[in-house]
Amino acid sequence: MRILLIAEQRQGKWNKVSFETLAAAQQLATETGGRLVAALPGQGIRALAEELAGYRLDEVLVVEHERLEPYTADGFTLALRQLIEREAPELVLLPHTYQVRDFAPKLAAALGRALLADCIGYRYENGRVVFVRQMFQGRTAADVTFAGPPPWLATIQAGAFRADQLERGSSPAPVRAVSVELSPEQIRVRPGELFREAKQAVDLTQAPVIVAVGRGIKEKENIALAEKLAKLLGGELAASRPICDEGWLPMERQIGSSGQTVAPKLYIALGISGAIQHVVGMKGSRTIVAINKDPNAPIFEIADYGIVADLFEIVPALNEALEQSASS
Amino acid sequence: MKIAVCVKQVPAKDAPLHIAPDGTWIRETDISFEMNEPDSYALEEALRLKEKHGGEVVAISLGPERAKQTLKEALAKGADRAIHIADEEFYRLDPLAAAQALARALEPERCDLVLTGLQSDDHGFGQTGVLLAELLGLPHATIIMSIEVQDGSLRLKRELEAGWFQWIELPLPALLTIQSGINKVRYATLKGIMAAKKKEIRTIPRTELLPSLAPTQKLERIYVPEKTKKTEFLQGPPKEVAAKLLEKLKHEARVLGSS
Repeated sequence: MRILLIAEQRQGKWNKVSFETLAAAQQLATETGGRLVAALPGQGIRALAEELAGYRLDEVLVVEHERLEPYTADGFTLALRQLIEREAPELVLLPHTYQVRDFAPKLAAALGRALLADCIGYRYENGRVVFVRQMFQGRTAADVTFAGPPPWLATIQAGAFRADQLERGSSPAPVRAVSVELSPEQIRVRPGELFREAKQAVDLTQAPVIVAVGRGIKEKENIALAEKLAKLLGGELAASRPICDEGWLPMERQIGSSGQTVAPKLYIALGISGAIQHVVGMKGSRTIVAINKDPNAPIFEIADYGIVADLFEIVPALNEALEQSASS
Repeated sequence: MKIAVCVKQVPAKDAPLHIAPDGTWIRETDISFEMNEPDSYALEEALRLKEKHGGEVVAISLGPERAKQTLKEALAKGADRAIHIADEEFYRLDPLAAAQALARALEPERCDLVLTGLQSDDHGFGQTGVLLAELLGLPHATIIMSIEVQDGSLRLKRELEAGWFQWIELPLPALLTIQSGINKVRYATLKGIMAAKKKEIRTIPRTELLPSLAPTQKLERIYVPEKTKKTEFLQGPPKEVAAKLLEKLKHEARVLGSS
C-alpha cells in the first residue's frame, strides 16, 4: 500500500504525535508491502525534513510556501490537496492533533474521500486494513474500514503507537522539495499570536502522586475530600475537563488532551469515567488506581487497581487510614 | 445575525450501553438520551450572540424521531425554530453523508454563522462541523473558547494543545466548532417550555435531501474493548478496601512510603 504520512511541526518544533504516527506508518508499510513517503508542510523547515529522512522511509517531501506559516486551515487544505492529487497515495496518515482536527475533515471533503479519525490501532487482514477507533467516549471500540476508491485518510491518536519503536534507515532517505500554489485571497483566516492564559503556577508533571477528580465528585464542595487525600499522599490535586469547565478547579489543573500530560508514580482517578481525551494525558502513570461506581467505566481498562464503589465511602476511609498511620 | 446551530441527541452519560444484535449500534430501548454536551455549549453561544446582536437562532438536528426531543429543548431554551432531518438509521451514515444532508438543509437558510459542538459523545468522529464548512464553502475555525463579533468579521479565541491558545480572525459568514466550557449553559424555564410549544419544527426526510448514499467508510462492528492491562479489583467494606489498597500501594506497587 502506498502510504503518505503528513508530519506536523509548529514554528519549527515537532508535534511528537508525528513520530508515533510514523511508527504506525512504518508498521503498515512493512505489513502491506508498500512505499512510505513522509511530507512536511510549512516554511523554513528543511532541517526538520532532513531529520525525518533519517528514519526508515522511501522519501521525504518538503512542502514549503510562505503562506503555510503560520498555519491556516485554508492554506494547509489547498496545499495538501495538490500534494495528494499529484503523489496519488492510497493511504494518508496524520497525527490526531488539534491542528489536524482543524483541517483534515476539510481536506477529506475537498477530495470527496473518507477520514477515519482518532484511530488507536489497526489489523491487516485479507488484504485490507481494518482500523480500530473508540466510540461512546471509550465505552466501546469500533472496527472501521474504508469504502470507495483511494486516497483514504486516517488520523492516529496520541499514545496509540510508540515512537521508541521507530526504525532508523540504513542511509538517509532522499528529500525532495514540492511546490504548491497558494494565492493570498484563498486564505480567509487571519491567525494571530499563540499565547498561554497564565503562567502555570502548578506543574503537575513534577508531582509524584496525583489525585484527580471527575464528574463523579458531583459538587464543588466535595473536592475538599480529594484535596485532603492528595495532601496526605504528598501529591497534587488534578481534574478531568468537565470539572474545570464548571470552574470548580482552575484550568491549569486539567489533565488530558487540552490540559497537561502527566506520568506520576501514582495516579488516583476518583469518579473519572476515562474518556480518551482524559486518558491520553495520564495513561503513562506507573500505577493507576480507579475508584468509580460504574463497573463498565473505561478507566478500569487501564487501572492497576480498581474499586467499584461509591467514592464518598472509600475516600473518607482512605483519608482516615492515612491519618492514623501518620500519627502512629 | 442569523445563526444555525447543529445539535445531536446522544445516549445520556450514565446510560448503560448494550450492543445491538447487528453489532453496529447500541440497543436503544430502556436508555435515556440527551443533547450532546459540546452542542449544548454551541446552542448557548448562539443564544447569547442573538441576545447581544439580534437576529434568529435555528436549531437543526439529524436523527430518528426521538431527536425531536432535543430540538424541543433547544426551542425551550430560546431557539426560534427548528429543522429535523429525519433518518431512523442515522447511525449508518458516514460523517460525510451526515454533513451533506445538513449542508443541503442549511444552504437555503443563508446563515451568517453556523455553530456545532466540536464532537459528539456517541460516534465521536469530530468531523461534522469542518466537513459542513467545506461543503457550504464557509471559512471555519475549531475548538473555539470565545467569540467577539466585529462588523463583518469574528475575533475568536482558539484552544490549542497543552494550555496554549490563539486569537484568530475570520470573515462572516463562517462556521465554528465550539469547545465545552466556553460558557455556562442555561436551563430551560417553564415559560420557555410553554413558548416552545408554539414554535415550528420542520421535518425533512434525509432521503429527500440525500436520496442515494455512496459510503466512504464502513462501521464493521462495535464491541466492548478488550482489556490491555490486568486490573486487580478490590472488594469489601470501605474500611477494609481502603486498608487493602494502601497495603498494595506500599508493598506490591511500591509507590508509597511504608512508614
